[in-house]
Amino acid sequence: MTLVRTLLVNGQRHTLAVEPFDTLLDVLRDKLNLTGAKKACNVGDCGACTVLVDGRPVNSCLVLAVEVEGRPITTIEGLGEMREGVRELEPLQKAFVHEGGIQCGYCTPGMVMAATALLSRNPKPTTDEIKNALAGNLCRCTGYAGIVRAVQRCENYRDDGTCAAKRDGAHVPGRISRESAAEPGRYRSVGESLPRIDAVDKVTGRALYTADIRLPGMIYGKILGSTIAHGTIRRIDVSRAAALDGVLAVITGADVPDTTYGVSPARYDEHVLAKQKVRHVGDPVAAVAAIDERTAERAVALIDVEYDELPAVLDVFEATADGAPLVHERYARNIGTEVHQHFGDVDAAFARCDHVREEVFTGNHIYQCPLEPHAAIARWDSDGTLVLYTSTQAPHYVQYMLAHVFHIPVGRVRVIRPAVGGGFGGKAATTPLDLCAAVLSRKTGRPVTMRYSREEMFHYGRGRHKQHMTFKLGVDRDGRIQAFSSEIYLDGGAYSSFGVATAYYAGSMIPTLYHIPNYKYDGYRVMTNKPACGAMRGHGVPQPRFAFECLLNMIADDLSIDPVEIRRRNAMDPNTRTVNDMDIQSCEFRATLDAVEKKSGWRSKYGRLPPGRGIGIGCGGFVSGAGYCIYRGQVQLSHEKGPEPFQKHSIFPHANAIVKISEDGMAAVCMIGAAEIGQGSDTVLAQICAESLGIPVSRVRMRSEDSDISPIDLGAYSSRVTLMGGHAVSRAAAAVVEMLRPYAAKLLGCESSEVRARDGKMFVEGDASRSVDWAEAARKYFNENGPLVGSGCYKPPDGLGGDYKGATVGTSPAYSFGSAVCEVSVDLETGKVRVERFTDYHDCGTPINPQAVHGQVEGAIVMTAGETIMEDVQFDAKGRILNPNLHGYLMMSIKDAPEIFSDLVDSYEPRGPFGAKEIGEGATLPVLGAVAHAIANATGVWIKDLPITPEKILAALRERQRTTDVPAAAAVGTA
Amino acid sequence: MTPEADEMVAVELAINGKPTHLVVRPDETLLFVLRDSIGLTGTKGACLEGECGSCTLLLNGAPVNSCLVLAAQVHGGRVETIEGLAHGDKLHVLQRKFIESGAAQCGYCTPGLIMAAKALLDETPNPDEETFFRGMEGNICRCTGYTSICEAIRGAAREWSR
Repeated sequence: MTLVRTLLVNGQRHTLAVEPFDTLLDVLRDKLNLTGAKKACNVGDCGACTVLVDGRPVNSCLVLAVEVEGRPITTIEGLGEMREGVRELEPLQKAFVHEGGIQCGYCTPGMVMAATALLSRNPKPTTDEIKNALAGNLCRCTGYAGIVRAVQRCENYRDDGTCAAKRDGAHVPGRISRESAAEPGRYRSVGESLPRIDAVDKVTGRALYTADIRLPGMIYGKILGSTIAHGTIRRIDVSRAAALDGVLAVITGADVPDTTYGVSPARYDEHVLAKQKVRHVGDPVAAVAAIDERTAERAVALIDVEYDELPAVLDVFEATADGAPLVHERYARNIGTEVHQHFGDVDAAFARCDHVREEVFTGNHIYQCPLEPHAAIARWDSDGTLVLYTSTQAPHYVQYMLAHVFHIPVGRVRVIRPAVGGGFGGKAATTPLDLCAAVLSRKTGRPVTMRYSREEMFHYGRGRHKQHMTFKLGVDRDGRIQAFSSEIYLDGGAYSSFGVATAYYAGSMIPTLYHIPNYKYDGYRVMTNKPACGAMRGHGVPQPRFAFECLLNMIADDLSIDPVEIRRRNAMDPNTRTVNDMDIQSCEFRATLDAVEKKSGWRSKYGRLPPGRGIGIGCGGFVSGAGYCIYRGQVQLSHEKGPEPFQKHSIFPHANAIVKISEDGMAAVCMIGAAEIGQGSDTVLAQICAESLGIPVSRVRMRSEDSDISPIDLGAYSSRVTLMGGHAVSRAAAAVVEMLRPYAAKLLGCESSEVRARDGKMFVEGDASRSVDWAEAARKYFNENGPLVGSGCYKPPDGLGGDYKGATVGTSPAYSFGSAVCEVSVDLETGKVRVERFTDYHDCGTPINPQAVHGQVEGAIVMTAGETIMEDVQFDAKGRILNPNLHGYLMMSIKDAPEIFSDLVDSYEPRGPFGAKEIGEGATLPVLGAVAHAIANATGVWIKDLPITPEKILAALRERQRTTDVPAAAAVGTA
Repeated sequence: MTPEADEMVAVELAINGKPTHLVVRPDETLLFVLRDSIGLTGTKGACLEGECGSCTLLLNGAPVNSCLVLAAQVHGGRVETIEGLAHGDKLHVLQRKFIESGAAQCGYCTPGLIMAAKALLDETPNPDEETFFRGMEGNICRCTGYTSICEAIRGAAREWSR
C-alpha cells in the first residue's frame, strides 16, 4: 500500500510516495537522491547512515520513512551555511579535512552527523564524551585518532578558515629528511601534510561511490548462494523466480561462460556461477536481475535448488587426512599450493645453537570489513565494449579478468573506479558480483547494478587465511639467530584466489627483518569448504610475524636478554641481500628500535609493571610494491599468450602516467590508473606531480578513475602506489618540464639546461629574479606545437629475487621497517584486555605526506589490535558463518581504540620517489606481536592462538594456577 | 514556492512495463516527471509547446507530445518510451533501420521520431504516402533533411509487413 508522505529534509519539504516498509535511508538515497548517508550494514551496527531527526542522531537504516513525517531531518548535504551560492563548510567539517579525520570517507558523513549532534548539545566535550557520542560509528581506516582530533579541535576552525591555531596542535612529526635537512625548503609540495584532495567532497557527502551512481534504465541484480558447504547441484528450478513481476533475467551456471577465473593464472578454479559443484556456503549458484533491489531479493528466494550433499572438510587437518573428501579433484590431499624453501643448513645450525625453542601458533580467520560493501554496475556499450563501474582496488586486474572470462580483448573492457570506501585487500580480486552484473547486463541490455549486503561481504570478501604455524628458532648464547624453521598450514577456503601468493609471502618476509643465516620454510595452502581467503593488509605475513615476534620474545626471556636488545642484535642492515635473496637498500630498523624504546619509557616499564598491566614490543616491515606482476608476459588475453618462460624482468611497466597541461597553462591533469581507495594515493601522487612540474598542488587534478582515460597502474596492493605510481607520475611531469625548457629559455634569454621550475615560475638556475610565469611558457609551447603532454612509466629493476621456486614473491624495490610498543591492562578476574597505548616508529623512507603516513599507522594499529584480541569469523559444523555481521564480528570502536603516538625515523630510500617507500601494510605487522607480548607481560601467560580473547586468557591463567604455584603475572618479562 | 502536501497528486502508472508510484505536482508534465523524477532522459524536451515532437512517447499505445500531457492525467496509464524499445541487446527494427540509413545525426529528434514511427507502424504496418506523412509530420528534424529518416521507416515497414 503506497502512502503519500511529506518529509522535511534540510529545510525543504518533499512530498513523495513511500511504501510502509521503506526505511528513511532508502528514501533519502533512492527517492531524494541524497546519497551522502551510506548503507554499510543496514542493521544499525555501523552508523554510516547517521542523520539527524529533530536534532538527534539516528541510524536512518532503522527508521521507517513514514515514522518521521513532518519532523526536521538533517543530512550531511544540509550542513553549512549558504553564502553567495556556495555552501560553506562548518568548522567541524573543516577540522575533519585538516586533522586527518577522513580516509576512505565512507563513515565520514555518519561520523560528522553524530559529532554535530554532540556539539550542538555540548560545545566543549571531553575526550570521553566524544568517544561516547561516536561509539556507534565504526571507522575502518583512521584508527579514530584523526576523528577525535577533529572533534576536539573544531573550534580552531571557526571563522576565517585559515586554521592558524591548527598548525600548533596538528600532529605531523617526522618531516625531517636527509635531503630537506641538507637543503631546507628544497621541496614545496612533497613532504607537506596537505589535506587530502578529496576531503571536501567526502565531508560534504558529494563524493560518489559506486552504490551512489544511478544510470538511466539501471536495474538491480542479486546472487543466490549455496546453502550447503559441499555438494553437487541436482536440479535448479528458476520458473517461480522468472515469473515474478519485475524480474528481467535469471541466470544459472548454464548461462555463464565455461571459462574458469581466479587470480594466479595457474590456479584459475572458479566459475562465475557454479557449473555443478558447490564448495562453500554462499558459493554463487544463480543470479537475477529485476526492476528494483527488493524484487531481486524476492526473486532469489523463489529459486528452487536441490543438492546432493557431500561430506565437507572444514579445517586443514581434516582436509589433509587420508581419504578426506576433495574440494577440487585437481588438488590431491586438498593441497592447492605447496612451498618448500631451504636456505643454508638449518639442521646443522640448530645442532650448534645454545638455545632452541619450538612453539605452535594459530592465527584467526578475519575479514577486511571495509565500511563500503562492494558494489558494481555493468553495461555493454553499443560498440561491444563492456563498461564496469566497480569498487575495486586493482582496476587493471578486474579489466584483465573480465576480458578473460568473456573472451574479449582487454582493450574492449573499460573499468571505472568511483570513490572506494576502503579495501585492505578485500577488493583486490574480481568478484562474482562484477561478473554476474556483466552477464545480466548482456542478457537484459540494461545497466545492472549489484551490491553486496554485509553478510555477502563475508561470503565473497576473501578474508585473511587462518594459519597453523609450527616455528622453531635457534640462537647462540647472546641471542643471535642461527637458524629458523617453520611449517605453516594455511586454511585457504574453497578457491585459490590470491592464495598462492599468500602461501609464499608467509615465508618470504620473515628473513627481511632480522639476519637469519639458515632458514627453512614449508608451507601448505589447503582447500576447505569455507569461503575462499585471499589477500589482506600485510598479505600472508601478519600471522607468521606475530608468531615469530612471540617466539623471539620467549627466547629473550629464556636467556634473560631484554626484548629490545635481542632485536638490536639481530636487526637487518641496509644494503643487504637476505638469505632468501631479497635485495634491501635503505633500512633504519635499529633507529626505530632505539626511538620506540626511548619514547615509550620501555626501560622503566618492562618488568616493572604491577600484575594486570603489561608492555610489549613487536616489529615488522613490508614490501614497497611487488617486484612482479600477477600474470606473466604482456597485457593480452591469457589464452592468446604463448608459453613464456619466467624471466627476471618485468615485460611491461607496472605504473604509467600521463600529464596533460591545459591550453592556458593553468592546470595539469595527471592521469594514472592508480586506485585511490582511501589510503590517499590521489593526494600523494598530486603532490609528486606538482613538485616535479614546479607548480602548486592546487593546479593539479587527478584522473585516476577511468581505464579509458588513465594508463595502467597495477593497483593498490602490495603497498606499491607511492613508490611505483610516484615514479611514473614524477617522470611524466619531468617530461613536461623538459618540453617547456626551450620555450622558457627563449623568454628568459638563457640556455635550456639552466631553466628550473618551481612555485609556478620558470627561472634561471641560481638567479630566481630572472623568471617567467610557468603558464606563459606552457602557452608558448601550445601555440607552436599543440597539446603539452608528457608521459612516464615505472618498471621494477631487473633481476629482483633469487632463482629458486617462488623467489619472485616478496621481491620489491624497497622494504619498510617498524617497531611498536604496546601497553595493555588486563582484568585478571575476567580476562578482559584494554589496549591502552601504542608507540610506533616507522622507517617509510622520506614521507611524501606525513599526515597521510600517520593516518595509515593509526588505522593499521587499531585494525590490527582488534585483529589480535577480538576479530574472528566463526563457523558452525555445517560450514555456515555464525557471525556475518558487524555485531557478531567485532572490530574496534572508537572506545576500544588505544592512544597512539606515531613518528618516523630519518630515512631515504634511493629507489623511491623523493626517497619514499611504503607504509600502508607494513604498519600492521608489528602490532600483533606487540599486543600479544604486552598481554603475556601483564598476565604471565602466553596465548599463542589468535584472537587473544578473555576466555583464552582466563583458561590459561586457571591452567597455570592448577599446575604451578606461581602467582599471576610473574613469568614473562620479570626475570 | 513549496506546494502543500494536499496539493500533490498520487499517480500510478506503468512505465515500460514497470509499475510505478509517483507523487506529482498538479502542474508537472509527463515529460518533466519522466526526465527529472525518474531519470529516463531518452525522451527530449526541445520546444515544450508541442511544436517539434522530440518528446513523443506512447501513452496507452498512442503517440503524444509528453510536454503537453500532465503527469496527473495519466493515472492508470501505460507509457512506452524509447528506453523500453530494445529487448536485451536486440534492437527494435526501427532502431536498426535508423542506424543502417544514417537517419540519426545529432540524435536529439531521434527518440521522438522512432516512437512516432512505431505508433504509425503499429497502427498501419504498410502505410500509404498520406498516412505516412500524417503520422510523421509532427516531428521536426534539423540535420538530416528527412530523406534518410523516410528511408529508415519505410525499410522498417517492409520488414514489419513481411
